[in-house]
Amino acid sequence: MATSVGAAGFGADVRSGMAAGGGGGGGDIEYGNEATPAGFFSADFKRHDDLKQMLDSSKDNLKLEAMKRIIGMVAKGRDASDLFPAVVKNVVSKNIEVKKLVYTYLVRYAEEKQDLALLSISTFQRALKDPNQLIRANALRVLSSIRVPVIVPIMMLAINDSVVDMSPYVRKTAAHAIPKLYSLDPDQKEELVTVIEKLLADRTTLVVGSAVMAFEEVCPERIDLVHKNFRKLCNVLVDIEEWGQVIIINMLTHYARTQFIDPNLQDGPGDQPERPFYDDSESESESEGSDAEGQKRKPYVMDQDHALLLRSTKPLLQSRNAAVVMGVAQLYHHLAPRSEVSLVTKAMIRLLRSHREVQSVVLTCIASMTTQRKGMFDPYLKSFFVRSCDSSHIKILKLEILTNLATESSISIVLREFQTYIASHDKTFVAATIQAIGRCASNIADVTDTCLQGLVALLSNRDESVVAESVVVIKKLLQTQPGEHKEIIRHMARLVDHIKIPMARASILWLIGEYCDRIPRIAPDVLRKMAKTFINEEDIVKLQIVNLASKLCLTNPEQTELLAQYVYSLARYDPSYDLRDRVRLMRHLVFPADGPNSRLGKYARRIFMATKPAPRLESSFKDRDQFQLGSLSHYINARATGYRELASFPAEAPDPTVRNSVVPLPERPPEPALQPTRQRGFYSDSSSEDESEDSDSDSSSSGSGESSGESSSGESSSSEDAAPARNKARARAPPPTRGVSALRPPQASSSDSDEEDSDEEGSTSGSGSGSDSGSESDGSASSAAAPAAPPPAAPAPAGGGGGNSVDLLLELDSVPAPLGTELLTPSLGGLLSPVAASGAAPATAKADTIELVSAQFVPSEYRELVNPITGSGLQVRYRYTRAPHLYSAAMTSVELSFTNTTQQEMTDIHVGQKTLTAGLTLHEFAPVSLLAPGGTVGSTLGVDFRDSTHAARFDIVTGGSRTVPVSLAAPMGEILRPVTMSDDLFQRRRAQLRGMNEAGGSVTPACCPTPSDVRKLVLAAVNVAALSSDTGDNERQLRFAGQTMSSGTLVLITVGLPAADAGDGAAVTVTVNCEKMVVGNMLLKELKTQLLR
Amino acid sequence: MIHSLFIINHGGDVFLEKHWKSVIHRSVCDYFFDAQSRADDPVDVPPVITTPHHYLISVYRAGLYFVSVCTSEMMPLFVIEFLHRVVDTFKDYFGDCTESLIKEHYVLSNVPWRRSAVKYTNNEAYFDVVEEVDAIIDRSGSTVFAEIQGYIDCSVKLSGMPDLTMTFINPRLFDDFSFHPCVRFKRWESERLLSFIPPDGSFRLMSYHIGTQSVVAVPLYVRHNISFKTGPGTGRLDLTVGPKQTMGRTVENVLLEINMPKQVLNCMLTPSQGRVTFDPVSRLLSWTVGRVEQSKLPNLRGSLSLQTGAPPPDANPAINLQFTISQLAVSGVKVNRLDMYGEKYKPFKGVKYITRAGRFQVRT
Repeated sequence: MATSVGAAGFGADVRSGMAAGGGGGGGDIEYGNEATPAGFFSADFKRHDDLKQMLDSSKDNLKLEAMKRIIGMVAKGRDASDLFPAVVKNVVSKNIEVKKLVYTYLVRYAEEKQDLALLSISTFQRALKDPNQLIRANALRVLSSIRVPVIVPIMMLAINDSVVDMSPYVRKTAAHAIPKLYSLDPDQKEELVTVIEKLLADRTTLVVGSAVMAFEEVCPERIDLVHKNFRKLCNVLVDIEEWGQVIIINMLTHYARTQFIDPNLQDGPGDQPERPFYDDSESESESEGSDAEGQKRKPYVMDQDHALLLRSTKPLLQSRNAAVVMGVAQLYHHLAPRSEVSLVTKAMIRLLRSHREVQSVVLTCIASMTTQRKGMFDPYLKSFFVRSCDSSHIKILKLEILTNLATESSISIVLREFQTYIASHDKTFVAATIQAIGRCASNIADVTDTCLQGLVALLSNRDESVVAESVVVIKKLLQTQPGEHKEIIRHMARLVDHIKIPMARASILWLIGEYCDRIPRIAPDVLRKMAKTFINEEDIVKLQIVNLASKLCLTNPEQTELLAQYVYSLARYDPSYDLRDRVRLMRHLVFPADGPNSRLGKYARRIFMATKPAPRLESSFKDRDQFQLGSLSHYINARATGYRELASFPAEAPDPTVRNSVVPLPERPPEPALQPTRQRGFYSDSSSEDESEDSDSDSSSSGSGESSGESSSGESSSSEDAAPARNKARARAPPPTRGVSALRPPQASSSDSDEEDSDEEGSTSGSGSGSDSGSESDGSASSAAAPAAPPPAAPAPAGGGGGNSVDLLLELDSVPAPLGTELLTPSLGGLLSPVAASGAAPATAKADTIELVSAQFVPSEYRELVNPITGSGLQVRYRYTRAPHLYSAAMTSVELSFTNTTQQEMTDIHVGQKTLTAGLTLHEFAPVSLLAPGGTVGSTLGVDFRDSTHAARFDIVTGGSRTVPVSLAAPMGEILRPVTMSDDLFQRRRAQLRGMNEAGGSVTPACCPTPSDVRKLVLAAVNVAALSSDTGDNERQLRFAGQTMSSGTLVLITVGLPAADAGDGAAVTVTVNCEKMVVGNMLLKELKTQLLR
Repeated sequence: MIHSLFIINHGGDVFLEKHWKSVIHRSVCDYFFDAQSRADDPVDVPPVITTPHHYLISVYRAGLYFVSVCTSEMMPLFVIEFLHRVVDTFKDYFGDCTESLIKEHYVLSNVPWRRSAVKYTNNEAYFDVVEEVDAIIDRSGSTVFAEIQGYIDCSVKLSGMPDLTMTFINPRLFDDFSFHPCVRFKRWESERLLSFIPPDGSFRLMSYHIGTQSVVAVPLYVRHNISFKTGPGTGRLDLTVGPKQTMGRTVENVLLEINMPKQVLNCMLTPSQGRVTFDPVSRLLSWTVGRVEQSKLPNLRGSLSLQTGAPPPDANPAINLQFTISQLAVSGVKVNRLDMYGEKYKPFKGVKYITRAGRFQVRT
């Protein structure tokens, strides 16, 4: 069959090698009419007889017909070898079509029918002398594809002849034949190497790719053959066909690693030239590179050839062929100075848009690169966001990359993404996300606590696998964290009763054992329970029970000695020998035969309770870089057959003069723009002078900046009306202009300024989570009439910090309803839990807890902070998101929306001077760097009002000079956050807040309001939680609870409604109980105004 | 290098095999079938499978698996790209790539890039500037991520050896680009114009990418309210689609697709326009909206019936959106002029712009 493409992989064009290639029947429709396609494939062995007859006939069309059918059988994988004698006769056929198909058949079956195949050899020998180059090449191709050892000398002879053939096509075929002969008879290597040497020196681009291919297959160790051809290869690289480029780039990568010195050597610590390639972070090395290091050693000057290689491969990043792009990317990764490696980023990102398989390979490479080169992909963080339609392994790879890329500055965006992923339906992906959160937590100290709280909240997830994964990750995190975390451990101890996944159980038990001193009361009890269930546990759990027993017995012998003995006895007769061994060892340590003062006994405690090194949570791609990027071995993370190690850079560069060619090549010196030798015809550059008609000087040099070295000064543009566009220079974010058809005149692009297209900033700064949950609860508050929230997370300390961090990590509604036990404690699960649960809510609300919940109503309308007139065109509107601010739980978060009403761009909008009355603190919104005309950008401000209505005064500065003073005072209702508690507790707390602490009053609305109206009104004005579970209209007393943002002072609101039959004009009573009288009174005032509406 | 190639159909039949070196028995595909059975979805089959003696590198296109067998180290992308190119070539020739077509045309001939003396009575060159908007919109409606992936696809039927030059009004919009090998890269680098001798027929001249650094207009918004919570075992769905930044054009061929979670048994939905189908097996809800007019926003609402007894899904499914806007390149890219050198005749030239959704996802 068409060996050119497949065997070498890079035939002149893929088209030539399609599927079963070779024949001339492309689009042979007449044939299709005559016999249905299925005819080829039907299993009809009797027809072989008529096939033989057809082949024996004298008519070419019958022969062709028969051959087509036979090839069809071959393609289908059916055995057609019995036709060999009949087919091989036709090798002499004059008909080129028939001949091709016979060749195809021969290649397939010659190995099986060696004797018969020899009959055809003389035909090929004759064909090799044919005047037609195609026939010569074809004969050589088939001859070399016949895997019959007897003909090796004939093949060798044919190759030797063809290498000096006049036709480049034949020479190329000769190059393809070399690896085939080599695989048939490796003894021919020496002679083949001389042939390869000749081919490498070939000047035709058509041949070079195949020659390098043969070199790589036969003698990749013969670096010396490359020297003389190196510069030529670099220079013609762009003109070689794409598959050849891939091979050459790969070869040159290997070559360069043996010939040039490490371009980054100076940047590093420098002392040991043998150190692994890139082993330290970029920032570190860059700062070191500049100091004394440089003086110690000779300043590094890149070899000209090294630079040539980098320069000549760079344009290939724009190839349409993913393999070529990846080839260049790996070349830069392995050879370029650090500062230049990032040139490949964009191209790699582009590949991510390609087919799934390409994505998979490229993402694997990026994942591995990001373990060393964070900065390179940092700007493209969002390109790695996961879509629900990505296939599983792509999702996992993206997750890996996101985790590797996360830094202090981007962590909030990353965590926000992770938060969405946790709700995914794909459970393996969710598990991987949890692992990723764990890694972020351990790598970035800022968010450790937040992540930990978030993970703890996940412990109440409905899905057990999620819980189990969280347990495992929390265990690892706690180990890396020196802090107390008593609450978390206690919480996890309780989970043992419910969680069934062995790995999670084992992790919990280990934790309890390790930190048994922190929960001295609970630990023995857990052991007691475990002793009961011991025999039914998995081995991994049993081992941990034994561990727990040993540790407890050492720390708390009074309570646990008997239990430990019991567990040991059980384990002693366990089917698992591992466990029996373990317990035998432990028994001797914990209960030494010769009393507690024996040698072993003395050290037992130190042995068991030794401080264990914390596990390191790091990328699984960390050690992949031992393999060459983009190689098969790299992808499968294992050494593939035939993998060649990439050499380390030599300490001293070998003699560079070996690359000076004897015959001067048509290569220009590297300083001015380097023009590779090009073939005439397609690639001819020479016409450029006369093509550009009116070249107006375009000052903007070399568009992409990277190419400044190469771009010559005399740029010209032949466009006539492109001048206005040029003013935009390099601004990357022009407003979306109206798309215009070439057939129509362009329209002005000013009219429809696009709103809200650039609100990304708002979402990144974390306010997003606020607005998110806001809109969510917005919807549900109206539909489901706000059932009392289920009991919130026990570990969240009532102080408030906990609530904040939980919010950050978890979408408020992503934590589903509780399992229905008091022990599993959903944190902010409130709003969207099923209605069915609401009836039970007061019962499940634990008697004495006051728990934070999310806002039950979030106002959606904006109020104006700066109007366009005072703000000289800048309009700022704001609304309260009623979500915890990321910076501090005590802050009220205010979502700001900046609109540019002018025709000019506004730049650098930020907070200027702040004048804050005592105690107030303000967390500035993220500066808006650019606001396009008509554009709107959101951002979030955090203010701690200290439970007062004092206004926060500050300046908003635009463009560096214009300042607009603003004053922001929150109504009392906005400096609260909602909490829930049982009715019983509400009554008790309320009883404690009588007298001075109670503010009461009544209003008389125009018409008698229904309870649900009142509830809505109250929730709209005040950020509290409605407590009563009864959603009906019969309730005559409504209760709400909240606490102040800053001090966490409890605020209880009771609204009494007149009897349903009281008619209009009946009074509604409002009572506010709060320790802070001012707060109480002001709230009352606000509520009264609100209820009168 | 590629040792053998097997083409496998959906039913798991190897219907075509090709060996470039010695014959490898098709039983090697069993490893592939193993992996296939472990994957829930065809796209989850790993592209590279390691077997004791071989490496199987496969691509999945048009419902067919193209499994190549390699014996030693090589760049996996090389093989993957090659296989995709094979499929592309097939599609070029026959407009599609199906089992029956491949069987019919297993014998192909070689077509060069450009024959020497091409002759057309009507000399025409058509260029389609196609832009695809990739976006992730979060549940609150803000854009998490938006990019444009653009292509210039050509259909060139010009006699002789024409040498074309294409210039853009705003070439600096392109963040990143890749070219057909016919494009002279040097001239692009220095002058930002595309200079090329076109292959004969249809081909992709250029792909470009306008990335996250630019502000990308998002033409549609979806207001959604999906809840699986109200009442026992039922859910509600309410979707409204409206134009956002369409630059005065009509958005057409709008299609919304939602992969419902497995608890959803059926959907009882009424669209204000268009057609709704729900496939209970794949649980794919698709709403063919058609054209979106500002005056009457298309709406889809109704209830979902959920499996009784099973807990409602944790999260709402994402919405995949498709649309087309003709006569608009959303990035603002515009072809300035097209000149031809090397031939005397006057060709007919045409440029068409089209914007459509790429990977456009709305999280709910």
